[in-house]
Amino acid sequence: MVERFSSPSQKDAKGISKWIPQVEEWFSPLVSGPGLRAVFRKELADHFNSRRFLILATIVAVTGLAAIYVAAVNIRQEVRETAESGFVFLRLFTASGGSLPPFTSFMGFLGPLVGLALGFDAINGERVRGTLSRLVAQPIHRDSIINGKFLASICIIALMIFALGFIVAGLGLRLIGIPPTGEEVLRILAYLGLSVVYVAFWLALSLLFSVVFRQTATSALAAIATWLFVVIFVGLLAGLIADAVVPVGSDAGAEELLRHERLHQALGRLSPTILYDEATTVLLQPQVRTLGPVLLSQIEWAVPGPLPFGQSLLLIWPHLTGLVAATLVCFAASYVLFMRHEIRAS
Amino acid sequence: MKMNGHHPEDAHETVIETQNLTKRYGDLVAVKGLNLKVKRGEIFGLLGPNGAGKTTTILMLLGLTEPTGGSARVLGHDPTREVLEVKGLVGYMPEDVGYYEDLTGRENLMYTADLNGLPRQEAAARVERLLSQVGLAEVADKRVEHYSHGMRQRLGLADVLVKDPEIIILDEPTQGIDPQGAQDLLKFIVRLSRERQMTVLISSHLLDQMQRICDRVAIFVRGEVIAEGPIDTLGRQIMRGESLVVEVEVAARDGGTRSSREIVESLQDLPGVQKVEPSGGNHFLVHCSVDVRDRIATQLVEKGLSLTHLRLRGYGLTDIYMRYFRGGESDG
Repeated sequence: MVERFSSPSQKDAKGISKWIPQVEEWFSPLVSGPGLRAVFRKELADHFNSRRFLILATIVAVTGLAAIYVAAVNIRQEVRETAESGFVFLRLFTASGGSLPPFTSFMGFLGPLVGLALGFDAINGERVRGTLSRLVAQPIHRDSIINGKFLASICIIALMIFALGFIVAGLGLRLIGIPPTGEEVLRILAYLGLSVVYVAFWLALSLLFSVVFRQTATSALAAIATWLFVVIFVGLLAGLIADAVVPVGSDAGAEELLRHERLHQALGRLSPTILYDEATTVLLQPQVRTLGPVLLSQIEWAVPGPLPFGQSLLLIWPHLTGLVAATLVCFAASYVLFMRHEIRAS
Repeated sequence: MKMNGHHPEDAHETVIETQNLTKRYGDLVAVKGLNLKVKRGEIFGLLGPNGAGKTTTILMLLGLTEPTGGSARVLGHDPTREVLEVKGLVGYMPEDVGYYEDLTGRENLMYTADLNGLPRQEAAARVERLLSQVGLAEVADKRVEHYSHGMRQRLGLADVLVKDPEIIILDEPTQGIDPQGAQDLLKFIVRLSRERQMTVLISSHLLDQMQRICDRVAIFVRGEVIAEGPIDTLGRQIMRGESLVVEVEVAARDGGTRSSREIVESLQDLPGVQKVEPSGGNHFLVHCSVDVRDRIATQLVEKGLSLTHLRLRGYGLTDIYMRYFRGGESDG
C-alpha cells in the first residue's frame, strides 16, 4: 500500500505514485486555498491509484500505439512509392492501416470513456460511502469539493493525453524517420489540447450525473447511455430529420441539396462528438479547407494547397468554443445543484 | 450512577445557544422553536426517537442547513454566516460515518488534517497520538474496508478530534456496536470532556447510555423539546403535578391463599397512598403523592409476604421516553 499522505519523503512510494508531488507542483498555480488544494491532492492520488483509470489509460495507450505502428508501416511504403512528403507526420495520426482505424478514431471513441470513468461517481460515490457529510463538516468551502474533483480529473486527463501524444509521436518519428515540421508540431499540440477539452466535456457530464443521481450505478449507466447515443445515434438522427424536413429526390435542385446538407450538418453539430471529429479533421489534415458543402464554382479558380495553421484554427474556432461552452454548462449545472443539495446522512 | 462529575450549575460560559431555532421542510416542521443553552465542558444529550429533529438541529448548528427561523450562536459565531469559523472549531461525527475504504485509517485521518490545513508534520504526530488514544494504533495502516463497525466508530471519534475542536457533536455514536464497545466509547467521551474541558453534544435514542454520561439532556419529540435539564430533575419536571406510581410485585405463596384484595387493602391504608390498583397476577400499581416505597416494603414484610419487585415509576428516562415517544413514533 502506498503511503499517500503521511510520509513527505514518499520513501515507499512505487510506480506512478511517486510522481504525485511533482504533478501537484506543476498544477499548484491552479489550486489555491487550503481546502481546494487538499481535495485536489487527494483526488489526484486517488486517480493515480485507481485501477479503473489505469485500465482505461492502458487500453487507450495500447490501441493508440498499435494504430500508430500500423499507420507508420503503411506510410513508409507509400512514401517510398510516391515520394510524396507533404505533412507525412500528421498522417501518422489520421491514416488507417489495413484493418486498424487511425489513432484519432481511437481517441475519439475511447477518450470519452476515460472522462466518464473519472467522473461518474465523484459526488454520489462520496454520498453512498457516507464520507460526504464528514467532508462538508470540515472548515472548507463547499465548492472546494466539486472544484477540486473537477480540476484534479482534468489534470489527469491532460497528463494522459499529452503523454500519450508525445509517446506515439516519438514512436512514429522512430518508425518513419521523417521529423515533423514546426507547423506539424503546432497542429499536433492543438489536436491534443482539443482532445483534452473533448474528454473534459464528458468528465463534466458525468460529474453532473453524479450530482443528479443518488446511486453510482445509475449515474454510470446514464453516462454510458448518453455516450452511446451521442457517438452513434445523433449522426443518424440528424440525417433522418434532415431527410424528413428537406426531402431530396433524385431530381432535386442544387439549392435544395444545399439546404438539406446544411440542415444535416447543423443538427449533427449538436453532438460534441461530431464537433470534435470535424475539428480533428481540420487540424490534422491541412488540405481540408472548409467543412460545409462546396459548390463547383467556388473551387473553380482556387489554388489547391494546404491551409496555414492559423487559418485551420480559425476554421475550428467555433467548434472549440462550442466544446468549451458545453463543458462549462455541464460543470456549472453540477456546481449549482451540488451547492443546493441538502447534506444529510440519511 | 453518573460517571461525570461536573456541576453544570457552575456559571460556565455558554458555547452553544439557540433562540427560537426553527426548520421547516415544506409542511413538515422538523424543529420547532428550539431554545437551547450548552455550557463549556458539558456533556449535553439530545434524546429522542428517530425523526424527532435531532439531526436537523445538529446540521443547523454546523451551518450545513439553513434554519427557517430563529438563530443560533456557536462559540459566538453565527453558523449560517460564519460557516468556516464554526466548522473549524466544531468536530462532527455523522450518523453512519463513512470512510474511504481503500485508504488506511491513518490516511483517512491525514486527509481530514489536510482539509483542516494542518502542516503535514504536526498532522502526522497528532494522528499517531489520536490513533493510539482510541486504540487503533495496531490497525492504523490497514485499509478501512477491513475495520469492524466498532473500529469505525472509534476512528470516527479520532477523526473528529483531528482538528482539535472545542466542541464535538456526535450523532448516534454508539449505534450498532456491541455493549462493551459502546461502553468504551462512552468512557472515552467522558474522559475527553473531563480532561480537556471539551463540550460534547451527543444525540442518541439509547436512554440508558445517555443517562450514564450526560450532564444534561434535552428530550425531543416531533421537533419540540419537551423537557430539558439534568436527568434527575427531569422526571419531576415532566411528571409535575401528577401522582407517583410504584410498581409492586409479591411472590405467590401458600397456594395463593392470600387474595390480591387483601394486599390491596393492606396497602390502601398507608399514609400517602391514593389508590392501589391490581394489574394482574401478583402485580400492583400503587398511586401515591410521595415516595412510599419504604412503607410499602415494611408493610408487606410485616404481613409475611416476600417482595419480589418494587420500583418507582416516573423518574427514569425510560418512563419519560415511553410516555412521550410512543405517541411520537406512531405519528411517524
